[in-house]
Amino acid sequence: MPGKPDQTGNKLGMWLFLYTEIILFGALFVLYAVYFSWYTQDFILGAKVLDLGFGVINTIILLVSSFLVAASITAVQKNQRNIALAALAGALVCGAVFLVNKYFEWGHKIETGIYPGSEKLLDGPAPQNLFFGLYYVVTGLHGIHIVIGMVLLAVSFGLVFCRKITAANDAVLDNCGLYWHLVDLIWIFIFPLFYLVV
Amino acid sequence: METAASFYETPEPARFTGVWSWLLTLDHKRIGLMYLYAVLFWFLLAVLLGGLLRLELMFPGETVLSSQLYNSAFTLHGVIMIFLFIIPALPAVFGNFFLPIHIGAHDVYFPKLNLLSWYLYMAGGAIAVFSLFSDGFADTGWTFYVPFSISTNTNVSTTVFAAFVLGFSSMLTGLNFITTVHKMRDRAMGWLQIPLFTWSLYATAWVQLLATPVVTITLVLVMIERFFNVGLFDPARGGDPVLYQHLFWMYSHPAVYIMILPGMGVISEIIPVFARKSIFGYKAIVGSSLAIAIAGSLVWAHHMYTSGMSDTAVFVFSLLTFVVAIPSAIKVFSWVATLYKGAILMTPPLFFSLCFIYLFSVGGLTGLVLGAAGANIHVHDTHFVVAHFHFTMFGGTGFAFFAALHYWWPKMFGRMYDFKKAYIAAILVTGGFMFHYVPMFILGLQGMPRRYYDYLPQFAAGNFFAGFGALFMIFGIGLMVANLVASFARQRTAGPDPWGGVTLEWTIPSPPPVHNFVHPPEIMAYPYDFSGVTDRSEQRQKGE
Repeated sequence: MPGKPDQTGNKLGMWLFLYTEIILFGALFVLYAVYFSWYTQDFILGAKVLDLGFGVINTIILLVSSFLVAASITAVQKNQRNIALAALAGALVCGAVFLVNKYFEWGHKIETGIYPGSEKLLDGPAPQNLFFGLYYVVTGLHGIHIVIGMVLLAVSFGLVFCRKITAANDAVLDNCGLYWHLVDLIWIFIFPLFYLVV
Repeated sequence: METAASFYETPEPARFTGVWSWLLTLDHKRIGLMYLYAVLFWFLLAVLLGGLLRLELMFPGETVLSSQLYNSAFTLHGVIMIFLFIIPALPAVFGNFFLPIHIGAHDVYFPKLNLLSWYLYMAGGAIAVFSLFSDGFADTGWTFYVPFSISTNTNVSTTVFAAFVLGFSSMLTGLNFITTVHKMRDRAMGWLQIPLFTWSLYATAWVQLLATPVVTITLVLVMIERFFNVGLFDPARGGDPVLYQHLFWMYSHPAVYIMILPGMGVISEIIPVFARKSIFGYKAIVGSSLAIAIAGSLVWAHHMYTSGMSDTAVFVFSLLTFVVAIPSAIKVFSWVATLYKGAILMTPPLFFSLCFIYLFSVGGLTGLVLGAAGANIHVHDTHFVVAHFHFTMFGGTGFAFFAALHYWWPKMFGRMYDFKKAYIAAILVTGGFMFHYVPMFILGLQGMPRRYYDYLPQFAAGNFFAGFGALFMIFGIGLMVANLVASFARQRTAGPDPWGGVTLEWTIPSPPPVHNFVHPPEIMAYPYDFSGVTDRSEQRQKGE
């Protein structure tokens, strides 16, 4: 029997999946939009508490990692395996640094008594509880996606290393790359919503 | 027609044998059958649970179930029926089996993903069962409304997690079907030559992708609230429980169309075959499927008229709800117009389809009563609602499932069942159905609320009748399943085309060979052209 007519279906499937991810975060953004329109002033006050420095650094890190992933795909297509491996490794490091930053950022917040269900939030004004609740839920979910993306990049790294991903057969890397770009893109929306609303 | 070994005899991949040839199969037909067995199991279980609920309600006061057990039982009935039966029944069973064949393909585009979806489905079911035995099954109803779902002591987290996993299964199936229709379709088959069942699955798949992620995140939020107590929906901490309802119904109303659209597709397949007449309004039916998919995504808040929305919102959602009735009516009229002046051949699948048209129409029209904001206030959360959605979901999708079972059974298993018993079962189910649900309309109008294990004395007669009808219905369903299973013991094999169908599955042997088509399929210019079928039967009559 004939095989698959072409490989473009892999990409179609991936785009459809990415679409569901956008809707997933979209629902959280809807929550954000509603609560923001009700409690604009409190959200602005909450955003001032967040550390803009961490946000900016993490944004830059993710943008660089996205560039590295894109570079690795180009390198694979040009049969430059070592460059591709280096780029993927760089992207993985970026992901790890992002998570470490997140750890310190969350850790600092928790130290100052800002975490879901903390006394400070329970006793403080209700809308600020919403802001930080959303902050933890959205960035936490995004963090999980970073971890998944890193697993995918690591798998791609292994496959490039074993020469399973080549210029003729780069669908897996392409799709993992798409996923990483999406995770990056979602951060591009999260960053202004939480850090820049002042 | 040449003979080819059926897919039962040739595992795919070929290296597996025995039980592994099923558990690790990539063959869409075997996966479809594995879904069928699981779906039937859950369906029969939930039917018995539903029977138990009605038994409790047959007489006033506490009889067979305590109030707490009653709450868990109706939640379990709802969760199983919705997430484990109605949503997967038609797409996962018959869609898996027939969508690739309908479009002349040898499998779906992602066979491994297809198998993964089955495992996710089974895992979801297993988690739901597990939650039964740990701290008790959720008693919230299948809607998991906050704040109760967050504060109750029963094991809502596990139940919600089961629904979350099942959502993934449904989403991946949808993703697979869309890609398959786009990329695996026979090159000779244009968009308007696709059979209507496959069209309806295609529209359904888009709704699955569009809506399921919303309920995924909503259920995740319920879990987060239970574990971390964030307070996103807690009014004491600035949250708004109504927002939960919005998010929930943003998925769950479109999900209603995930449930009914494939059913409509089945009916659109069956009616023309047994009327020996081209389907009336092929393009209108395709268009109405898409229109339902789009408009159905914009009506979610009609579940929330009494939840505290602005009058403007109520007005808009009420209007949009009425709009959905138009494409649904287009389908009903098209089916009836197809039967008009057709050479009707009565068979069990057609009988079930006719019952579908009647029951679904009643369900649809009572939906308008509920969609009208004024009338809704009166019957909101009463048994009227229960009767309405059982008319559409059970009388609609359930009966379409029965019709599909009887229509495609000979193709899937190569065996023909006994017609007489099938008719008796159909009459029992339909008669029992009417006895069961019509009293609920009346009870609802009289003000009997849903989800209570007890009621006021004046509702006794109606509840007794409803319970009585339930017994008939359960007996009929049992007879129907037994009759189908008994077909294996009968010697009568079904030929490749027992009904005189024209879609591609009837051009190949029953059961189909592993790669579906031994020869490249011939695509007809128009998918419902019965001139060949009627010519053949005329020639046969002349020959005799």
